Amino acid sequence: MEKKEKKPLEKVCLICAKGSLEDVYASLVMANGAVMEGIETNVFFTFFGLDGITKKAMNHLHTATTGNPAMRMPGGLPFPTMLGGLPGVESAVSSMMRKQMDELGMPPVDEFLEMITAGGGTIYACKLAVDMFKLTKEDLSDEVTDIITIGEFYELCDGDRTQIIFT
Amino acid sequence: MPVKTIAGVEVKVSEDGYLEDMTQWNEAIAKEIATEIGIELTPKHFEVINYLREKTIAKEALTIRSVGKSGIVDVKGLYVLFPKGPLKFSSKIAGIPKPTSCI
Repeated sequence: MEKKEKKPLEKVCLICAKGSLEDVYASLVMANGAVMEGIETNVFFTFFGLDGITKKAMNHLHTATTGNPAMRMPGGLPFPTMLGGLPGVESAVSSMMRKQMDELGMPPVDEFLEMITAGGGTIYACKLAVDMFKLTKEDLSDEVTDIITIGEFYELCDGDRTQIIFT
Repeated sequence: MPVKTIAGVEVKVSEDGYLEDMTQWNEAIAKEIATEIGIELTPKHFEVINYLREKTIAKEALTIRSVGKSGIVDVKGLYVLFPKGPLKFSSKIAGIPKPTSCI
């Protein structure tokens, strides 16, 4: 019988370009999961994704209550778009979601970033986006290694068992 | 179900090499699995292992975060003890099932 050689992943490079709660957590869960599997991990935050590593914003991320067809009321009924647009609704829904995630043992963003770097993962911010949003290194989480260009990010993505994941 | 002889004891293991019956576990088995992975066990390792076994018996979900908050070791320390597999390798050595947690 022919035996197929397994070629496990050696490196993953994640790009987080959106700043909603679910987009940032998707990147964080995948990054942390990779680190836990012993896979070399780089995460690159760009554009609105920068909220995920900005001190002021990272622990207060929102989920969209309008334009989100998967949004449900507690109990499973559809969530009316009109309701989602009312002042304070997005905030309330988002804090409810964060509470539920906390109950499942999911860490807040700052702690999640610490867990990733504790295992050797590295976090980067996109230079172009940092300039565009007029941020500095001081505005970003201490877990951010550096502010780099996309070219430098691609240099980090070398190796034939590397995957780039865009969320 | 594969049977493997570890430290002179015949134990049932999963395809990934995790003990199927955690009561078959003993410290000699832990040491041999650890050597296979490339880890030399210290008393600190055993503190973590015993914690994982207690939590498994209590049917509590295990995450690196919960181990990090146990007061035994922080997350960084856990990676130092079990490089490249803080939950995977520690669970294997502790003789408990493969972790099902994503965090």
